Amino acid sequence: MQLDAKIPGGPLTEKWDRHRFELKLVNPANKKKFNIIVVGTGLAGSSASASLAELGYNVKTFCIQDSPRRAHSIAAQGGINASKNYPNDGDSIWRLFYDTIKGGDFRSREANTYRLAQVSDNIIDQCVAQGVPFARDYGGLLANRSFGGAQVSRTFYARGQTGQQLLLGAYSSLSRQIGAGKIEMFPRREMMDIVLINGQARGIIVRNLINGDFESYAADAVILATGGYGNAFFLSTNATSCNVGAAFRAYKKGALFANPCFTQIHPTCIPLSGEYQSKLTLMSESLRNDGRVWVPKNSGDERDPNDIPESERDYFLEKKYPSFGNLVPRDVASRNSKEICDAGRGVGPTGYAVYLDFKKAIDRDGVDTIRNKYGNLFDMYENIIDDNPYKTPMMIYPASHYTMGGLWVDYNLMSTIPGLFVLGEANFSDHGANRLGASALMQGLADGYFVIPYTIGGYLAETPIEEAGIDHPAFKETGEEVMAHIKKLLSIKGKRTVDNFHRELGKIIWNYCGMARNEEGLSKAMNLIRDLRNEFWENVIVPGSDMDFNLSLQKAGRVADYLEFGELLVTDALARKESCGGHFREEYQTEEGEAKRDDENFCYVAAWEYNGPGKAPDLHKEPLSFENVELSQRSYK
Amino acid sequence: MTDKTETINIILRVWRQKGPKNKGHLETIPVNDVSTEMSFLEMLDVVNEGLTLDGKEPIEFDNDCREGICGMCGAVVNGIAHGPEKAMTLCQLHMRKFSDGDTIVVEPWRSRAFKVVKDLIVDRSPLDKIIQAGGFISIAAGGAPDANAIPIPREIAEKAMDAAACIGCGACVAACPNASAMLFVGARISQLVLLPQGKPESAKRALSMLKKMDESGFGNCSNETECEAVCPKEISITNIARFNREFVKASFCSSEE
Repeated sequence: MQLDAKIPGGPLTEKWDRHRFELKLVNPANKKKFNIIVVGTGLAGSSASASLAELGYNVKTFCIQDSPRRAHSIAAQGGINASKNYPNDGDSIWRLFYDTIKGGDFRSREANTYRLAQVSDNIIDQCVAQGVPFARDYGGLLANRSFGGAQVSRTFYARGQTGQQLLLGAYSSLSRQIGAGKIEMFPRREMMDIVLINGQARGIIVRNLINGDFESYAADAVILATGGYGNAFFLSTNATSCNVGAAFRAYKKGALFANPCFTQIHPTCIPLSGEYQSKLTLMSESLRNDGRVWVPKNSGDERDPNDIPESERDYFLEKKYPSFGNLVPRDVASRNSKEICDAGRGVGPTGYAVYLDFKKAIDRDGVDTIRNKYGNLFDMYENIIDDNPYKTPMMIYPASHYTMGGLWVDYNLMSTIPGLFVLGEANFSDHGANRLGASALMQGLADGYFVIPYTIGGYLAETPIEEAGIDHPAFKETGEEVMAHIKKLLSIKGKRTVDNFHRELGKIIWNYCGMARNEEGLSKAMNLIRDLRNEFWENVIVPGSDMDFNLSLQKAGRVADYLEFGELLVTDALARKESCGGHFREEYQTEEGEAKRDDENFCYVAAWEYNGPGKAPDLHKEPLSFENVELSQRSYK
Repeated sequence: MTDKTETINIILRVWRQKGPKNKGHLETIPVNDVSTEMSFLEMLDVVNEGLTLDGKEPIEFDNDCREGICGMCGAVVNGIAHGPEKAMTLCQLHMRKFSDGDTIVVEPWRSRAFKVVKDLIVDRSPLDKIIQAGGFISIAAGGAPDANAIPIPREIAEKAMDAAACIGCGACVAACPNASAMLFVGARISQLVLLPQGKPESAKRALSMLKKMDESGFGNCSNETECEAVCPKEISITNIARFNREFVKASFCSSEE
């Protein structure tokens, strides 16, 4: 298979304009003849659904929750980047593009990343027009703050709830179109598989989570906006229902999966406290603007942190990275915390935590200023840990947060299956090997509001699509497969619960394919995952029936996917014999312990093709060429 | 840092109901050795693991983000929506707020408009339908003016944000003796009417959202203020007053029907 990213010609700054002109248009009167399915209602899915319906397409939108407003984009705290340069501090489209490429450790496509920076300004305009209450200064204009990995203030925010406010903006546009009858909304549906006719994506099979029915829906194109696979780690900052299911079914149907080993471990999360723990709560990265990360200089120092004098504290990020200090990118911050804790210098009951200290900021700005900025986060911390962060430094530790890898897409955001488009975190395209803070919201909305409305038109206008509805045999065939899958899960009646399997899988992936990886560990993980998967299919217990609401059954299906997907994740990590961004192979590091890329041999997108059960997937390489930026060793010193 | 972990024994009295048409009942489940560091939902997870291994059906409850922002979780705990702590969703409630030997009664939201789906899960889709009736600003992607074109006084933007913090969990409805959704609707109306972008549609919005609320089977407001007391995001009832004002203005001073 030859991968064609379909990157338009011409200079980087003109590619998108030129492409928009070259794309064929669908006549306004013809748009209503096309049916489009959108799976997922996070930022990407909601904005795509609304925008496509506004153009006149018939849209059917599906989500797993009881309401489209609850998708996990809602939990993003810190903000959204745009190159507006309102603070006049030297920002530009080019700088946002460059920071994103560099932050991604030169493993993303120039053309996609540049387009992302280009449309970033339109997103802010759009959101303000929708009534998103961004923070403002006293003159009534929009406020900005700086964020990890950037030296300019380009992040727009709505208290610590930016994701919520942006999602509610997109949800309100979606709701307007539902009310107008242009979108049919199907909540509490889980996509079980995608249906192909003549090799094109032509529909989906979903399971109605209330009554267990399998339902078929046909369309001319299918959009997946189903988020990332961070829950492969079991413990993550993701919501409990986040899953790889839809993307993985597409992979099994022929869509290539790109760079699965590019996973992001977020540095500032509340540390683990016990075996029963179901999630790790994120503390926004914005805290690193004012908080200082440190550990005691002497390991085993069990004094109360406030009793440890300055001279006995190690502000390890400030020391090692004087120019970025506590604001180094996420992968760098996480890895440094891990190294310190592995060396026995961590704090807290488990020794796997570092302090995030606000004393200096409180002394400087006053407690009210800090409360205004971070009050909700401090409250959340105090409620979970039962400790007052205004008085005692917070304890934080990294946790699985975001996944840069995803289904391979071309410049039009179409996967290798014609008619199957992939948006937001579910695709791989814009963040390379590491995502900068406040860029996920930007990408989700860029894809949904400003990219897919153009590119899907080009596909629909140019592609012959035969008439086919849900009476086509392909729907019956696929439907029977997924039904058998569900029945099988219920029939095993073993002795070990779904969560128990998921927890163990998470531990394997965290230990061997987490913040630091090596050949020996990854090979071991591969065997452990296989054994666990075999046990799962013999010994899992799924209570209840498939005829009513059954969360255990839903989870069982998702964990079954993760047990296969985990192997793909490890396969990719094994094959990428270099370190870059969030993928840190211990064998490949600089003398100073930083990630050491191998641009000669690994400057490509690794796209994996499914070969059937029990067979190793095939690797296809999309070479990355950098014509506008110079590849350099990332330095945040 | 001292390890604060303790364990307590509790007795759960939890609502079990197979489906919307079945009759429900309270089931008693004693739960031992609950770590006080657990969240309430993690306690339910542990109970469910036990029920599953005993060959019984687990307690179904909605949850998703588990960090208090998605609005998916919620149950009435000891008679209070989202439990005894102020300004908190159920997922953020921790077991350290309970004592050894406590009996804890857990029930789903009760309201004519919210049908029970199973156990603690209810159907809150009527809230979405109210938003679909007018809880938006009519702006299509692509046509927006520069974001700084209209300055908005900070105080107004902050008030809009206070109202916009609503997570749509439905606790206000569950707590209201009239099962009214006025706080939910008032918050949305307030956010949009406070901002200049939302003003052009304010009359139409107030009328159509109220109409949809009435049609959906929610009651009206009689100033009990129970909604504000349980709201995990502390949405103020002044938003209901603002909604009422908008409704009156729309009814008497606009050409909207």
